[in-house]
Amino acid sequence: MDNEDGRRRRGRGGASGGQANLWPVRSVGGVHGSPFPGPVLAPPPASRSLSRSGQAGSDTEALAQPPPPPPPRAQTSPGPVKVGTAPNRRLGSVRGVLVSSPPGRRARLSSPGTGRSSSEAREELRRRLLGLIEGNRVMIFSKSYCPHCTRVKELFSSLGVQCNILELDQVDDGANVQEMLSEITNQRTVPNIFVNKVHMGGCDRTFQAHQSGLLQKLLQEDSTYDYDLIVIGGGSGGLACAQEAAILGKKVMVLDFVVPSPQGTSWGLGGTCVNVGCVPKKLMHQAALLGQALNDSRKFGWEYGQQVKHNWETMTEAIQNHISSLNWGHRLSLREKSVDYVNSYGEFVEHHRIKATNRKGQETSYTAAKFVIATGERPRYLGIQGDKEYCITSDDLFSLPYCPGKTLVVGASYVALECAGVLTGLGLDVTVMVRSVLLRGFDQEMAERVGSYMEQHGVKFLRKFIPVMVQQLEKGSPGKLKVVAKSTEGPETIEGVYNTVLLAIGRDSCTRKMGLDKIGVKINKKTGKIPVNDVEQTNVPYVYAVGDILEGKLELTPVAIQAGKLLARRLFGGCLEKCDYINVPTTVFTPLEYGCCGLSEEKAIEVYKKENLEVYHTFFWPLEWTVAGRDNNTCYAKIICNKFDNYRVIGFHVLGPNAGEVTQGFAAAMKCGLTKQLLDDTIGIHPTCGEVFTTLEITKSSGLDITQKGC
Amino acid sequence: MAVMAMAAALRGPGGRFRWRTQATAGGVRGSARGAAGRQDYNLLVIGGGSGGLACAKEAAQLGMKVAVVDYVEPSPRGTRWGLGGTCVNVGCIPKKLIHQAALLGGMIRDAPHYGWDVAQPVLHDWRKMAEAVQNYVKSLNWGHRVQLQDRKVKYFNIKASFVNEHTICGVTKGGKETLLSAEHIVIATGGRPRYPTHIEGALEYGITSDDIFWLKESPGKTLVVGASYVALECAGFLTGLGLDTTVMMRSIPLRGFDQQMSSLVTAYMASQGTRFLKHCTPSRVQKLPDGQLQVTWEDLTSGKENMGTFSTVLWAIGRIPETRSLNLENAGINTNPNSQKILVDAQEATSVPHIYAIGDVAEGRPELTPTAIMAGKLLARRLYGQSLDVMDYSNVPTTVFTPLEYGCVGLSEEEAMARHGEEHVEVYHAYYKPLEFTVAERDASQCYIKMVCLRKPPQLVLGLHFLGPNAGEVTQGFALGIKCGASYEQVMRTVGIHPTCAEEVAKLRISKRSGLDPTVTGC
Repeated sequence: MDNEDGRRRRGRGGASGGQANLWPVRSVGGVHGSPFPGPVLAPPPASRSLSRSGQAGSDTEALAQPPPPPPPRAQTSPGPVKVGTAPNRRLGSVRGVLVSSPPGRRARLSSPGTGRSSSEAREELRRRLLGLIEGNRVMIFSKSYCPHCTRVKELFSSLGVQCNILELDQVDDGANVQEMLSEITNQRTVPNIFVNKVHMGGCDRTFQAHQSGLLQKLLQEDSTYDYDLIVIGGGSGGLACAQEAAILGKKVMVLDFVVPSPQGTSWGLGGTCVNVGCVPKKLMHQAALLGQALNDSRKFGWEYGQQVKHNWETMTEAIQNHISSLNWGHRLSLREKSVDYVNSYGEFVEHHRIKATNRKGQETSYTAAKFVIATGERPRYLGIQGDKEYCITSDDLFSLPYCPGKTLVVGASYVALECAGVLTGLGLDVTVMVRSVLLRGFDQEMAERVGSYMEQHGVKFLRKFIPVMVQQLEKGSPGKLKVVAKSTEGPETIEGVYNTVLLAIGRDSCTRKMGLDKIGVKINKKTGKIPVNDVEQTNVPYVYAVGDILEGKLELTPVAIQAGKLLARRLFGGCLEKCDYINVPTTVFTPLEYGCCGLSEEKAIEVYKKENLEVYHTFFWPLEWTVAGRDNNTCYAKIICNKFDNYRVIGFHVLGPNAGEVTQGFAAAMKCGLTKQLLDDTIGIHPTCGEVFTTLEITKSSGLDITQKGC
Repeated sequence: MAVMAMAAALRGPGGRFRWRTQATAGGVRGSARGAAGRQDYNLLVIGGGSGGLACAKEAAQLGMKVAVVDYVEPSPRGTRWGLGGTCVNVGCIPKKLIHQAALLGGMIRDAPHYGWDVAQPVLHDWRKMAEAVQNYVKSLNWGHRVQLQDRKVKYFNIKASFVNEHTICGVTKGGKETLLSAEHIVIATGGRPRYPTHIEGALEYGITSDDIFWLKESPGKTLVVGASYVALECAGFLTGLGLDTTVMMRSIPLRGFDQQMSSLVTAYMASQGTRFLKHCTPSRVQKLPDGQLQVTWEDLTSGKENMGTFSTVLWAIGRIPETRSLNLENAGINTNPNSQKILVDAQEATSVPHIYAIGDVAEGRPELTPTAIMAGKLLARRLYGQSLDVMDYSNVPTTVFTPLEYGCVGLSEEEAMARHGEEHVEVYHAYYKPLEFTVAERDASQCYIKMVCLRKPPQLVLGLHFLGPNAGEVTQGFALGIKCGASYEQVMRTVGIHPTCAEEVAKLRISKRSGLDPTVTGC
């Protein structure tokens, strides 16, 4: 217990130390025993006792989900109590005021660029405070110098009760907090104390309650949920959120279950990134780069036998071993943080309750105060004859027990191009079938350059075709498949024979089979994505979502991690910081890597108008490529600046080796308001690729030649 | 053919300058060529290295009549090279290429882990590599000449010395003398490796970085003397190419750099097979009958004398500025008597107002190519472009291309503590494992990142130190961040790019003060 306490405090200290705008909520006192005695299955009256009748919020309430069924929570207040006016602080008779968030706040989608009105800010503050009150067994709003506050803290400390304290004199918006507290409780003074969501009052009342035994009673009344938080989905976002919540002292469960792919592939804990995404992808990309390095090495004087062959099995085994160690690491990490991990499929069955079904079909039910949905996405199938039977997807490729041989990659997503690039780099015959544009959503000039480099290096492209049928000609590992495709522009059809067909046409959210309809969580009917507001909250207030399933957000591991962590800190740590989805850098690991941050040129023109932009660009020739005799005038750098905002860099694009490593720091600089002038003033590191951005001179509008002559 | 054509072009009619002048902006025209008046040139640049060429080209673009004089005094071993200075010929460029050759050796070893069947044995042919590298360098020499010609800068391959404050005398290889005069003169002669001439045999038998890149044959078993970045980089690539390499250092590695990082750099090198003789200083080099070199040294710790035999001894104990043959006193230019570097002010002006010095030859400047280039450009713009921008020498990023690369920008931990006091500095740090190292079963014990910040919120970033693959690429962008005045918080709020090494910078959560373990946990 002592250790646990130490860890929790450390976690908090770290968070508040590094983040200036956090509320430094600290905990004092010992940790009491498990606050979750046995499964009490009925949910508490989260919203019932809170309706602020007659207040402006009523229209929101009308639109909200039906409130959860009234709960048989023992000893609760007899009926709704107005919190807003709260005249009733007579602890003896009414037993206090239950405070919780207003029910059914409508999901509000953040609209970038529009300022938030002050009423919105107030509403947010109210919600934040209610979150603190709800989320903590004992919550004290205090001032560090106030002697009454100190007495109260000492009282709880002597009772061995952990309490969370917000020192209003040590936070920036302390005055606002005090204002809001007065609105909520009709008490302006500090200390302002809540025990198990019940408003105690100030110092005197707390001591009175202690004397009358009421305080002890309230303290014994623990949450009726099994968990403070259940996270559904053990991928990057879910795990990050769960662990952060656990660090903040919450009781957390993670449910993770991998439904095998149509080809029967399944994997361990960690989600897409670890198992069938970033990690194996980058490792295979590295294998392909090493093939290129082997070619280069002879130019640099290395000599060895001419015959160099690639062994698929050796590579996949090594990669899968690494992944297994990561799976194991994630489990270990959950255990260390006392997060319960259950390898079962989670489905909502009623409010606050989830049914978990394991591999054997055994069902267990759990309740939690809050839920985070982080189930991610899975590859989409075409819905044509033979696709699920014979085609593979990225779910299968990285653990494929045999070399895929001659491969048709269907799609032009980054997954498609990355996979095609890797397979080509390993020496396979690869064709990519593209319906329309490459890398939709990315800068199209860059996308075409990525494609043309791939084409020059052996990838075949079939543009404007879609498969209509896949037929097995021969079984085997790999077998032989016949693919019939038709033109998107006319009646033309073509046929091809491949050993493997890899579908990479997009991904679908795993949100449709988890009982979201049972509790009324809205999803986009078409995409299956979940709309959330700017604090990752769904339309059902106690249900949150992070990661790839979010509507209109980025499908990237680090974004999910960031969102998950910040969500946990907001829910349980009194933190305010929201996940910033602007200027998120990313890199496509195609044979020639493409890194970017900010806007594509198309998007920039759409938002700012062409005449307000200046685009600087150039080709560059990495020094390492010169002696290796690799293509000049292929690597390309481009920045997009807003002329009327001090030439601020709003788009950063680089095509070249180590693009990910190059882009990261520039993304940090963009966070700090990078301008063209600052780029010019910064000294390059010689000789690197990154330095090219410090010497960009030629504008696209000038039409000047950007090819590198000679050297 | 091409050479002859260009030579003809270089001799081209002077009238072309006039056309160029008239094409420039009004404000500059008055002082331009015609007004060079009594002098031959508006600007004369002594030294055709990175800084000098940048300054000359910029001035020419602003319509000035410009000449560059460049002359490479052969090294004691007789090595000489073309236009472009240290960086191009005996510095950054060949260094990074041979570093790349060594890295490729590592990749060949990695390849089998990734499924590539590479037949053993794997050998390295120095001759082939050197030829490729040298050919590339020669193409750059040529490129620089073409660029000068394109911008109508007159180039003289002569050795210059001052006659008076507006005139230099140039001597060709054949001994022919030319007098050239100019309104403004920029000294950008750089530096050359120092020989420990007090050590017997040092000059006769040793080589320096001036020679190593131009060796036709492999240097074989090599003793590198020194602990500068040049020493460590050379020792690193020699080890990487499979040569038996020993570094002898008197005191600390990478003086001036963050010492924790420096010791990690050498620790990694040692793990890769570079031998280190620490606290040792050579006393004698003798040639044995079989052509091998016998080196005698003193172990400063034990006071004992030791001996070893090497094929090559490489001195990398520092560089001295090329000022001795310039006859600076004829123009009245002051130097620092200790360093022999030229004293300059913030405008790069020497004690003689119309004479400037940039690059490695100037006192107190970082000895880096990109700083020299920028200083040269800005100087030309101030002189002829009505600009007032002076060079900002703070927060200059750099990277040491040792086998595990070390990139840094801003203050070292020691320097930050010295300037701000230990209690005001917070250092965030982490060990990390590059994803590519896992499958390759490489040891990542030295992959380490450190961010030095002010302790007081918003915790301004004072310095960033990154040890790992592609450190140069990683550091460049963050250097901009620091230039923008990034805080710890802002860096942490940057979303990572997964999976890269650079993303680890945005995940630095553990402060040294906390005492928490910064090593990689699990995997």
